[in-house]
Amino acid sequence: MELQDKIKHLFSRACFGKPLNTVSSKQDLKEVVHQIISTKSKYTSLQVVTLEDVEKMKAAMKTMPKEDAKEFRKALRDSQLQLNQLWFEQMVNSSNTLQEKMALFWHGHFACRSANPFFDQQYVEIVRKNALGNFGTLLKEISKSPSMLQFLNNQQNKKEHPNENFAREVMELFTLGRGNYTEQDVKETARAFTGFAFDKSAQFIFRKKQHDEGIKTIFGKSGNFDGDDVLEMLLEKKECAHFVATKIYRFFVNDKVNDKNVQELSAAFYHSGYNIQKLLHTLFTSNWFYDAENVGVKIKSPIELLVGYTRIIPFQFTDNKSNVFIQKSLGQELLNPPNVAGWQGGKNWIDSSSLLFRMRLPQAVYFEQEINFTPKADITEMYSFTKNTITDSYIKFAVKKIKTQFDWSEIILKFNASSDVVKDISNAIFINPPPQASLSAVRKTIENATSEAVIKNATISIMSLPEYQLC
Amino acid sequence: MKRRTFIKTSVLATATLYLPNFLKASEDVLKTAPNKKLIVIQLGGGNDGLNTVVPFNNDLYYKARPQISIPKNEVLPLDAMLGLHPMMKEIKDMYDDGFVALINNVGYPEPDRSHFRSMDIWQSASGSKEYIASGWLGRYHDLQNSISVNDTLLLEIDDSLSLASKGNSSNGLALKDSKKLFNEVSTPFIAQLGKNYNAAADHNHDNVSYLYQTLSSTISSAKYIYQTSKIFHSALTYPNHEFGHSMKTIAELIISGVNTSIYYVSLGSFDTHFNQKKRQAVLLKQLSETMSVFMKDMKANGKIDDVLAFTFSEFGRRVQENASEGTDHGTANQIFLFGGGLKQKGILNDAPNLSDLDNGDLKYTVDFRHIYATILRKWLNTNDNIILGNSFPSLSFI
Repeated sequence: MELQDKIKHLFSRACFGKPLNTVSSKQDLKEVVHQIISTKSKYTSLQVVTLEDVEKMKAAMKTMPKEDAKEFRKALRDSQLQLNQLWFEQMVNSSNTLQEKMALFWHGHFACRSANPFFDQQYVEIVRKNALGNFGTLLKEISKSPSMLQFLNNQQNKKEHPNENFAREVMELFTLGRGNYTEQDVKETARAFTGFAFDKSAQFIFRKKQHDEGIKTIFGKSGNFDGDDVLEMLLEKKECAHFVATKIYRFFVNDKVNDKNVQELSAAFYHSGYNIQKLLHTLFTSNWFYDAENVGVKIKSPIELLVGYTRIIPFQFTDNKSNVFIQKSLGQELLNPPNVAGWQGGKNWIDSSSLLFRMRLPQAVYFEQEINFTPKADITEMYSFTKNTITDSYIKFAVKKIKTQFDWSEIILKFNASSDVVKDISNAIFINPPPQASLSAVRKTIENATSEAVIKNATISIMSLPEYQLC
Repeated sequence: MKRRTFIKTSVLATATLYLPNFLKASEDVLKTAPNKKLIVIQLGGGNDGLNTVVPFNNDLYYKARPQISIPKNEVLPLDAMLGLHPMMKEIKDMYDDGFVALINNVGYPEPDRSHFRSMDIWQSASGSKEYIASGWLGRYHDLQNSISVNDTLLLEIDDSLSLASKGNSSNGLALKDSKKLFNEVSTPFIAQLGKNYNAAADHNHDNVSYLYQTLSSTISSAKYIYQTSKIFHSALTYPNHEFGHSMKTIAELIISGVNTSIYYVSLGSFDTHFNQKKRQAVLLKQLSETMSVFMKDMKANGKIDDVLAFTFSEFGRRVQENASEGTDHGTANQIFLFGGGLKQKGILNDAPNLSDLDNGDLKYTVDFRHIYATILRKWLNTNDNIILGNSFPSLSFI
């Protein structure tokens, strides 16, 4: 593969795509990888709400009839939409894109949902701040976050009544994967995590009185373990590095796992003491990452797709709802994963409905065409129905027009409408351009267009192709 | 890879995980009776079962619900113990005519009270501690399509699919309005790309092939359904709300002879944390009046013995009402079955036991997966073991 194609591939996986208007001046792939991985940019915290705001609203809601509390529920929900939007904007605009891409991975790995926007805000901070840091630190911070403690019921995990929810998921989904622990390990781990809780100030607290001080036997070792001890024991297991490295491989390289490549990643991950940045360096500088079998074969997740649009034609949403409407319709809403197992990914993103939506979406975003589609009702919204009409909660996100501001200027300057513009744009976007049959469907859409419209129609049609869903 | 081989091999790969002697099992699958129709009605949000089928002779019920209980004189009695919500007159009539069965206390061990999680469990037919990324109807679709391709076997009447309709290697089709979908796939751009399927599928990577296969099957399904559905237009008047429209669509597709076996439809939201009475009444009325017209349509067109419909909710609600004239998330709940082919009619098991609660919640006595297994095996004549990944006993209502 040509160097420029390797760079394109690298950007498509690490950075939501390479902006069309930039040409890399770097002549060495390692330099480009280094640049992507070690961008030193100022970290931006995302703040939409204070704990005081949330507490005030919650207190007010308690004393008023539930129906009157609708405004507050809406305000809480709006804070979440706003946080979603801010994070999305970071993915689009941050100079440290890899950090945001990796945070998106961790959001799916440590999938979590909360009705409290302040908890969400803390959670997003943890996955973003530690995205390229140390997996052990990230695991510990997540395990102590109010959002996860609440989501997996560890608030209720007390020595008299152990609740196994967190204990099970921390092993099954966060560190080891199935088959690497026993039911007895789950039970004993739940006992170790008794007393892991959060207080009124939304800070982690170890409630000693609720902690089971007895001897637990986990992975064949016995002792008066607490949650911190168990997290260390999990990290000591090579299976943990292997499990996480496999998921990272699937996310960045290929849904189909190559055991030898994963082994290489996993060993390096373990020996580095779970250094995420080093793992990604190993991955992006490996020869196999650029093998033909790994190029252009991954189905973009909805967030990858949407952020990726901005690399071709810059745009921004002018209202938060448009963004969330698209995320919901395509099946990946930030801060609202389907369950603790996260998004399934791969072929799971595509069915008849989501594929047609994807093929109409560029027109809706850039040509302001109406989109007649109602995503599944959000169950959290089911609380907030109005007196008059009971279908209100179902049409809440049926946004007719997607509200955006976009900028065609760069792309219009870059391409020449009088040349074979379909071929030019296609070559600029794809590493392996779609077959003639697909491009001829695109050509039909520019038949009666002139000058700028040629470039616009061609770009939108190319972005609507099934092939464009891959990276 | 050719589309058929592609689907077949991927289903085999998945199915063998569940059952080693898959080939033996596939013989059962071939026997599928194509005329049987199943309609799954999701009552989203958690319907309050105790105010739907009311234990009107039980003091504990009235004690637990001073504000929102249904007065005894308003209940539509089914037997000496249980009666329907007053808004369910049409269902009461169908019940009297022998087209309704009722199973009480349906649930699963270690119930989850989160909407999301419990709906996941019902839709994927998982245990309460496992995560399965496919739906039970989607896996039916996988299995049947591994034997004989039918892209319109499973329709969800909505713009998008729920987990229930997503398989491991294939998916149901989301369709709210057959004309709308037909128009969408008939734009020149999409129509032309759909024709590229073979070119793309045979020369490209697996995922490109998958995308074009999905596109091409969406286009042909949309055309097939739109054209076939024109055969029959219902003479009856369906209620003018979303659920009424959905059931009318289903009725017309069934009577037109579309080759779909399963329809999935939702009604909601039943999440009645406050002012329950008014809201639940509206929704139960919608259910009752619509099912009545639908069953009349089936009867008039000779389809009633081929149709089985059932309702479910992700959970019932707590026995004790809350302080806002509503109820909070609970556990076990009843299931209604409608159809001309029911072998057992009426109330099939004991009423909820209000004196033996688990921390204020009803205890389940029937696992919902036994009902799924029964329907898969006895109604759809397929292999429930493969689809549910487990062997559950059959019940005898069909």
